[in-house]
Amino acid sequence: MSAERAPLVRVRHLKKYFPITRGVIIQRHIGDIKAVDGVSFDIYKGETLGLVGETGSGKTTVGRTMLQLYDPTDGQVIFDNADLVNLGGSDLRHMRRRMQMIFQDPYASLNPRMTVGGIVGEPLEVHGVARGRAKRERVQELLRVVGLNPYFVNRYPHEFSGGQRQRIGIARALALNPDLIICDEPISSLDVSIQAQVVNLLEELQDQLGLTYLFIAHDLSMVRHISDRMAVMYLGKIVELADRDEIYLNPLHPYTQALMSAVPVPDPEVEEKRQRIILEGDLPSPANPPQGCNFNSRCPVAIETCFEVEPEFIEVRPGHFCACHLVQPERQPVD
Amino acid sequence: MSDHQPNLLLDLKNLVTRFYTDDGVVHAVNGVSYALEEGGTLGVVGESGCGKSVHALSMMRLIPSPPGKIEAGEVWFDGRDLLKVTEADMHHVRGAEIAMVFQDPMTSLNPVYTVGFQIMEALKLHQGMDEAQARERAGELLAMVGIPEAFQRLDDYPHQFSGGMRQRAMIAMALSCNPQLLIADEPTTALDVTIQAQIVELVKRLQEQLGMAVMWITHDLGVVAGLASKVNVMYAGYIVERGDVGDIYGQPRHPYTIGLLGSLPRLDEAPGTKLISIPGLPPDLIDLPPGCPFAARCTYTIDRCLEQMPPLEETDGEDHTVACWRWKHVAGRTS
Repeated sequence: MSAERAPLVRVRHLKKYFPITRGVIIQRHIGDIKAVDGVSFDIYKGETLGLVGETGSGKTTVGRTMLQLYDPTDGQVIFDNADLVNLGGSDLRHMRRRMQMIFQDPYASLNPRMTVGGIVGEPLEVHGVARGRAKRERVQELLRVVGLNPYFVNRYPHEFSGGQRQRIGIARALALNPDLIICDEPISSLDVSIQAQVVNLLEELQDQLGLTYLFIAHDLSMVRHISDRMAVMYLGKIVELADRDEIYLNPLHPYTQALMSAVPVPDPEVEEKRQRIILEGDLPSPANPPQGCNFNSRCPVAIETCFEVEPEFIEVRPGHFCACHLVQPERQPVD
Repeated sequence: MSDHQPNLLLDLKNLVTRFYTDDGVVHAVNGVSYALEEGGTLGVVGESGCGKSVHALSMMRLIPSPPGKIEAGEVWFDGRDLLKVTEADMHHVRGAEIAMVFQDPMTSLNPVYTVGFQIMEALKLHQGMDEAQARERAGELLAMVGIPEAFQRLDDYPHQFSGGMRQRAMIAMALSCNPQLLIADEPTTALDVTIQAQIVELVKRLQEQLGMAVMWITHDLGVVAGLASKVNVMYAGYIVERGDVGDIYGQPRHPYTIGLLGSLPRLDEAPGTKLISIPGLPPDLIDLPPGCPFAARCTYTIDRCLEQMPPLEETDGEDHTVACWRWKHVAGRTS
């Protein structure tokens, strides 16, 4: 990957806290769920950045906050030199054309009372791109692109299987020719043989249309398969970010190491030889994260500093970022 | 009347289960036969709707009837046919001899009773323990499955446990009467991968300690690779391939198994690997085609496949059977 490639999106210190309130009539603010707590990353044009983490790590909130579907508590999302956080009204609306989302649940994300044509055509109408015959033609073209029969325009979502519905969701996301698509667990509710169909489709579309993806999922093998670079989240923070092969061959953060070792590989011979790092306990509550490094309650190698000081997210070697006290930046050889 | 072998723990013969619904007859299990020896580990893999859960529920006679009906078959367990014993005897078999752990630990625990009460219930019922004995044993069981401060936690309600802890509590409950067979139906599907690794290790350890047989039902081929010694691959209510775990993953002979393995990304895959997706959808179980149910999605289909369902026959591997007319041809092409 060339270092000169321009970032399409730069996310800086993004935070999203959800308030916890008590009381029915007079609501008192008694704390915050720190769903996303200061994450920074770039997404380069044409690449796929994978975002993995366990339930409650904040990966979905990152995606939604980037699109300003949630108001960020703090931070910047710079999309093509415009800071989306400060953008409002029609400016934001205009930018929204260029970023779309594919959702996890293909059953809940399609309106059951709308036809496929209505669903896929809606963004065209909302943004005033096409109407009438032009819209109909564009919808049929989109259905063809995602591998559905264009004659399906008048059918309703319940007539389709999960994989086909996800294709409808993809067609809707493509309708406005976006630059960035945020794929939020697009395949986790599908069966294995159908997952591969959808992933292959996403990869083909990226090649054809030059799309940039943020691919959010909990399935590490799938994220590694589809991504160019991967970021690992734990309790609202990115703990490690690197090239897909670098992070697999050379994971630096103890959480990444444990996560990698916990993923089963469909090969009995490999499984027999593998050493697993079994983490103790569960994810702590994001309302009350541990002091210092938030992984310290489960970390097998934590030292005293980890309980006092929060580690910084530093570039350990070119392109490989990690937030751990035990990982020191490598000195670049001077020649 | 039966060539049942007495040294086997479980011997299924031609089990057929159907559901009579308003839309038609759902052919959920279509003649499943296999055996499991004492202390053995069997993985049952397949996608949603392949009959993997229904066949296990049929064995336990837990199919809601109507609409469900076990149409034919024998389930030999420990010397008797479970489909013929009285309901009272079946009460004893369930829980005391065959125990089950389900996918969703939240819905399988009763939210209005304490965890301790629910574990003690089985002990009092099946083992005739009094309150104090049952409480003592329930505490030991919770400690055995790795819940810290087990005796205090007996008075907690399920909502006070995390997902992983609930599944541990379910396992404790299942093991409370020292069953000879534990059926784990997608026990880790609702859990995160680091928690899944904890549960898998736990079941392995307990199996070694207690010597029970385990049937592990899952759609995750990765989990099975590290666990089972024998694997049944199911599709549309049939076992399409069965063999040692090494043969199933190393020399799969059924085109469906090959497709399933090809459509799965591996964490240790080489860069640039393309997923091989299986085209099309699984068949409608109400309207099963004559012949092989996989024929419509298979690249090796010949006329015979469309007319006649192939029986399970021996292949080149030891105790490795496959239901495919063309397995020799397939084997020549793929290995």
